[in-house]
Amino acid sequence: MLEIFVGAKFKFMQARKGAYVFSAVLVAASILSLILHGGPRESIDFTGGNVLYIAFENPADVGAVRAAAEKAKMEGAVIQMAEGNTQAIIHYRAASGDTTKYFDTLKAAFEPGRQDTVTLMSKETVGPKVGSELEQKATMAILWSLVLILAYIAWRFTRISFGLGAVIALFHDILITLGLFSVLNREVSLTVVAAFLTIGGYSINDTIVVFDRIRENLKLGRRMTFQEIIDKSVNQTLSRTILTGGTTLLAVMALFFLGGVVIHDFALAMLVGVVIGTYSSIFVASALALDISTWWNRRKQAREGRASTRKAAAG
Amino acid sequence: MSNLRVKWAFLVIVLAIFGFYLLPTLRYYALPAADRDKEDPKVANLRGEAMHLGLDLQGGAYLVYEVDLSKIPPDQRRGDEVDRAIEVIRNRVDQYGVTEPVIQKQGQNRIVIQLPGLQDPERAKELVGRTARLDFLLVKNRQELYQAMTKVDQAVVLRGKSLLGAVMDSTALADSMLAAADSAAADSILAGKHPFSGLFQQIPNQDAGIVYCPAENIDKAREILKAVTGDPAKEDPRPLAGNTVLLWGSRSFGAGSQNPGRYLYALTAKADLTGDNVADAQVAFGLEPARPNAAGVSLTLDKRGAAIFTRLTGNNVGRQLAIVLDHTVQSAPVIRDKIRGGRASITGLASDDEAKDLGIVLRAGALPTDIIAQEERTVGSTLGKDSIQEGIRASLVGMALVVVFMVIYYHLSGALSVLALIINLFLLFSTLSMLHGTLTLPGIAGIVLTIGMAVDANVLILERVREEIRNGKTVRGAIDAGYGRALVTIVDSNLTTLISSVVLFQFGTGPIKGFATTLMIGIIANVFTAVFVTRLVYDSVMAKRQIKKLSI
Repeated sequence: MLEIFVGAKFKFMQARKGAYVFSAVLVAASILSLILHGGPRESIDFTGGNVLYIAFENPADVGAVRAAAEKAKMEGAVIQMAEGNTQAIIHYRAASGDTTKYFDTLKAAFEPGRQDTVTLMSKETVGPKVGSELEQKATMAILWSLVLILAYIAWRFTRISFGLGAVIALFHDILITLGLFSVLNREVSLTVVAAFLTIGGYSINDTIVVFDRIRENLKLGRRMTFQEIIDKSVNQTLSRTILTGGTTLLAVMALFFLGGVVIHDFALAMLVGVVIGTYSSIFVASALALDISTWWNRRKQAREGRASTRKAAAG
Repeated sequence: MSNLRVKWAFLVIVLAIFGFYLLPTLRYYALPAADRDKEDPKVANLRGEAMHLGLDLQGGAYLVYEVDLSKIPPDQRRGDEVDRAIEVIRNRVDQYGVTEPVIQKQGQNRIVIQLPGLQDPERAKELVGRTARLDFLLVKNRQELYQAMTKVDQAVVLRGKSLLGAVMDSTALADSMLAAADSAAADSILAGKHPFSGLFQQIPNQDAGIVYCPAENIDKAREILKAVTGDPAKEDPRPLAGNTVLLWGSRSFGAGSQNPGRYLYALTAKADLTGDNVADAQVAFGLEPARPNAAGVSLTLDKRGAAIFTRLTGNNVGRQLAIVLDHTVQSAPVIRDKIRGGRASITGLASDDEAKDLGIVLRAGALPTDIIAQEERTVGSTLGKDSIQEGIRASLVGMALVVVFMVIYYHLSGALSVLALIINLFLLFSTLSMLHGTLTLPGIAGIVLTIGMAVDANVLILERVREEIRNGKTVRGAIDAGYGRALVTIVDSNLTTLISSVVLFQFGTGPIKGFATTLMIGIIANVFTAVFVTRLVYDSVMAKRQIKKLSI
């Protein structure tokens, strides 16, 4: 039997202060980057604009593409090279959606040898009106899935410490993924939003497995502190956490490296989300559940203490 | 034992039903690519039953248009403009020959058009989006041309600012200028300046109202005319002095081939005859003596149209009659004689394709009003093919990695979960074809994700079983306990992903919907295979013989 982590007794919860610092740094960096960039960089799906996917026969230099885009007067052009520089994705804003005209000008702006080998693979134009509608839809989708997931968590985990832990871990995961997109200056498109929602689902999924185990161990009612129970539960589910995280990661990596240019950003978001989601179910969700419930109990005790003192005084 | 038999029978029936629905998809995609678009009823039937590929995988165009009702005066609106526009577009698309087009009304005045599998989506887009308003307008004389051009000059000068900067936003003033017909004030301001008419050259031996604009002046002249009489792409051009409209010609003409410029025509503002009276339009060759190989469109007018045409030509022998398509002059032949019989032709087209497409739009009729593109996504068929290949490769590699991982880690039990995974994919594709669903690139991503996450349920169970074995349970007891305890968690964890995918499905458009669909089906199939199918195999094996040691 090939096994990892059998009878593992890692003291995860002892390390949680370190994890808090680590998470806080990532979250702060994400927020900072988002502030510096003035929010996430929205793709033309939301802002309206144009995208051209073009292909070259021979690898092209990003500078040459940029120069050509400038000559073609593609306003605010952002160029992303792909497939070993044989493809380029050009995002730009323009008043008119006449992408064919822009492409023709772009093509003509390349050096004579290359001009004939430039082909237009795909193009997208989104009008500003549709863009803002799509933005609305995406926002609604995010809000609704948050509401539903929250409702589910509230129903499933009656203990507030669990619910809060899971929710904070969820926001933590999405925020850090969003932050990485901001740091890398990648655009958030409809597909990326879909990835975010999936990360949300995955993050909760991973957390639930640990929490279910904690609940089960709590019911067994052995003489252990809450911290010991959490550590035990995390260790018991550790193989599963690593295995599922591992297989999902393998699949997403296949998508990231082989899935092609169109799906690349989606795969990137998933890749980061799966790693962060796996980490956070232990070090954020479970750890917070511990700290919140400790804090809660202490407060309750203090209150009860006060109440009984009062009662005693009254009596 | 009999209980197991019932379960096996159930599984076989389920697989058979799903397999039945998968069959058309398999048969359809087994056809050589060239045969798949055939009109053959058998193929068409198969196509209808099979799972579809999204536009991003087979190439094509996704277009969203808004019907511009603002251009129709409120008292002339009939309320069915959007439906009529859809009808016209459907006609055009059908005649162009697109298999499985989707043309739908969205909201109040939007039209969503999906045209899959096109080699040249750009051309189809032109065909769909074009208003195709056909007008027959008489060419005015040179005197009237000059008067109209002078009006434009005046409108420009009246602004008193630098030329281009001034005309950009001068329409309001230009209007009042144009209204003050023949005002002395305007003349005095003009004082011999010709900001607009100075851009043109006279055509030798030409008495009609046509001038030539050299290539280097075209952009400037266009800009000015647009500012004064309106953008012909967006509105009907405003008439100038004495009901004259100034319209550009469609083709570049070489006045000396070095320097291709364009003609500007002075035309009567109101059409006596329009495309409404065209009964048929066919591509024809040899319509132009000068270009015998060039394709044109031969028009057959309806009865009323023919009568108008006869009168129009009879009254205006010797003049030129311009054939104007969407406010652009296609050609302006001289009327040699009264024309009876209601036949006319359009020449001066750039290519055979243009003639073909023009024939289509004229047969299908004009749109009731302009439609404005709101969203356009076109994917070339090459990129689509690349995407499929890359998607399949990523899926296979992802799957192979997961399979190797599971078999190494869990041995035979791992192999069993691989079997579950395969059944899972089988169910996924069958359900997609059962629902006549569409597989998109994000949909493939959803499948890859499903592959990665599908083993989760198996992992949960197997880990639990291992634990129970370690705790000293028998194989049978361990399996019972493992499945029992893992079930709650499996349902719990899959439910959250299901929530996300349902929401995505609800709010997503096109490709995202495809992602949500595969994810949803994948999750449900996943729970079924992990909980029911694998358990059935264990139970059956254990019913036959005593197992001391489980390969896990």
